[in-house]
Amino acid sequence: MIAHYPALLVTIPLLAAFVIYGCSWLHKKSCLPLALLALAISCAVSIGLLAQAIAKGHISYHLGGWQPPWGIAYEVDPLNALVLVAVSTVAFINLIATAGEIEQVFSDRKGAFYTLYLLFIVGLLGIVVTGDLFNLYVLLEIASITGYSLIAMGQADRAPLSSLNYVFMGTIGACFYLLGVGYIYIMTGSLNMADVRALLPSLYHSSAILVAFIFCLVGVMIKMGFFPLHTWLPNAYTYAPSPAISLIAPLMTKVMAYVMIRLILSVFSPAFTFASLVVGHGIVWLACLAILMGAILALSQRDIKKMLTYIIVSEIGYIVGGAWLGNNTAMTGAVLHIINDTLMTFCVFLAVGGISRKLGSVELNNFKGLFKKMPFTMGAFVASGLSIIGVPPTCGFFSKWYLISGAMEAGSYSFVCVLIISSLINVILFFRIIETAFFAHSDPGNRHDYLLSEIGEISLNTLIPLLMAAAGLLVLGMYSGTVVGRVIQPALAGIL
Amino acid sequence: MNMEAFLNHLVAKYNFWLYIILMMIGLYAMIAKNNLIKKLVGMNIFQTAIILFYVSIGSKKGGTIPILEHVSGGAQHAIDPANYVNPLPHVLMLTAIVVSVSTFGVALALAIKIYQRYKTLEEDEILTRIRES
Repeated sequence: MIAHYPALLVTIPLLAAFVIYGCSWLHKKSCLPLALLALAISCAVSIGLLAQAIAKGHISYHLGGWQPPWGIAYEVDPLNALVLVAVSTVAFINLIATAGEIEQVFSDRKGAFYTLYLLFIVGLLGIVVTGDLFNLYVLLEIASITGYSLIAMGQADRAPLSSLNYVFMGTIGACFYLLGVGYIYIMTGSLNMADVRALLPSLYHSSAILVAFIFCLVGVMIKMGFFPLHTWLPNAYTYAPSPAISLIAPLMTKVMAYVMIRLILSVFSPAFTFASLVVGHGIVWLACLAILMGAILALSQRDIKKMLTYIIVSEIGYIVGGAWLGNNTAMTGAVLHIINDTLMTFCVFLAVGGISRKLGSVELNNFKGLFKKMPFTMGAFVASGLSIIGVPPTCGFFSKWYLISGAMEAGSYSFVCVLIISSLINVILFFRIIETAFFAHSDPGNRHDYLLSEIGEISLNTLIPLLMAAAGLLVLGMYSGTVVGRVIQPALAGIL
Repeated sequence: MNMEAFLNHLVAKYNFWLYIILMMIGLYAMIAKNNLIKKLVGMNIFQTAIILFYVSIGSKKGGTIPILEHVSGGAQHAIDPANYVNPLPHVLMLTAIVVSVSTFGVALALAIKIYQRYKTLEEDEILTRIRES
């Protein structure tokens, strides 16, 4: 059984998705327990895989018994096992937290919602675990198409149009990736990542490989919302339904950032990426621009959800910049930031989702006096805000620390400056909200403020997961040394 | 590069030129067209260009179909990989076609939703409606 964990990880939610769709016709009440069960199993399996990967170093699973490079192999190393745990845990906790809202808002089409939810997770887990370049494309499109549909289920006015814009951009991204894979296939005749990696060194001088790398990279960057290619992201994420967005916003962009790191580390190898390619510095500069522009655009938003989407753009800049600085410390920071940012974004979107459910809208002005009404929700919001800023005991600080040390090591002081400036802008962003929520007095004549006097804390089954996520920020911060020492360093050893 | 060398290059690699032209037509439609359905058609052309690119790289001059029983020279003939077309890119494209059809389906469903809400599919009109509301 343990030997089949990599396959179970993906097939259980996949099968459950279709069973749930069938159940939605016959017995609507069983949809939620089935979805929870499937996600709990894949969560447990991914934790088991992480333990195995730490013990053994590397697991290769051959689907259907076909040997690679002919068959599809699932490769698990400590690095992607860590991402798997992050993805499946966030998916599981998010479903517990938002089940109440899903049952209420999507009461007539909840079968569809849960099916899409599970297929989205299948896509993401598959992207992370697969060792085949073309398989990655297929799973990427599974995750994207379900993501488009989940986003389109949001606000009736704007969500379909922003989702359609996402479809256009996302499809261009996936096509570019596919084209890059085509060039790799022409040159090497293989699609298996490990095989391609072994075949590539004799072809590094070839311009076709360079073009393939650039195509793959641009495709992945469109999907992750890297700054000049981020235009689909803010609207799509703002108008999506909140149970879906606290799932999509933390996971989709971060998993794509992981795909970029995987392409660098285990397909094209750092030697090619950083040595024979001159674009590295350019990408670090672009990352600086992404971080700054994300922070500045966030500053100009009055809607809290939209502000947070621009913060995601800025965070993606951190990860891309860290990955392209090209040394061990910065790469450690980038990988750690993928995990930390998944948790921080999850926590902050869950809190904002809960608030928006109570308030109806999340304009900054509506936050007046909110601390008195929802002390715990706002507490979790502040915790995630502090983590995004990078205040020491929270996990956000440690990944920024690695990123800054890596940038120092690489002599890229502009990146250091940009990191510090964006942290300061984040201070303004979050303290503006905290100040409004804590000190601003509500005006009794205002209709909205009357509404505020009526509301209370969000329901317990949302609040408990939210507080767990907020506590997780502190725990992950305290154990970040262990994560780096036990998981990230062994995975990077010998590669970078 | 002189004219003859350029022409040789063009003829020898015509499949690459064709897919790039098709891709650019699709990209142009996605960027420049105002009607959402035209944009969607552009997106489909873009995807089809890549499918054709993959199909073209599998083909060989004089290659037969990669099925042993149906080869004219008997089973012995087809064992030599130089004699039959590479089936792998074609098989990959079956999956890519499924992906492209489902993307197109989702996108059309979104277009219907947009039409129901705004009674138009012209992007500029939709944007003015959004700004007014």
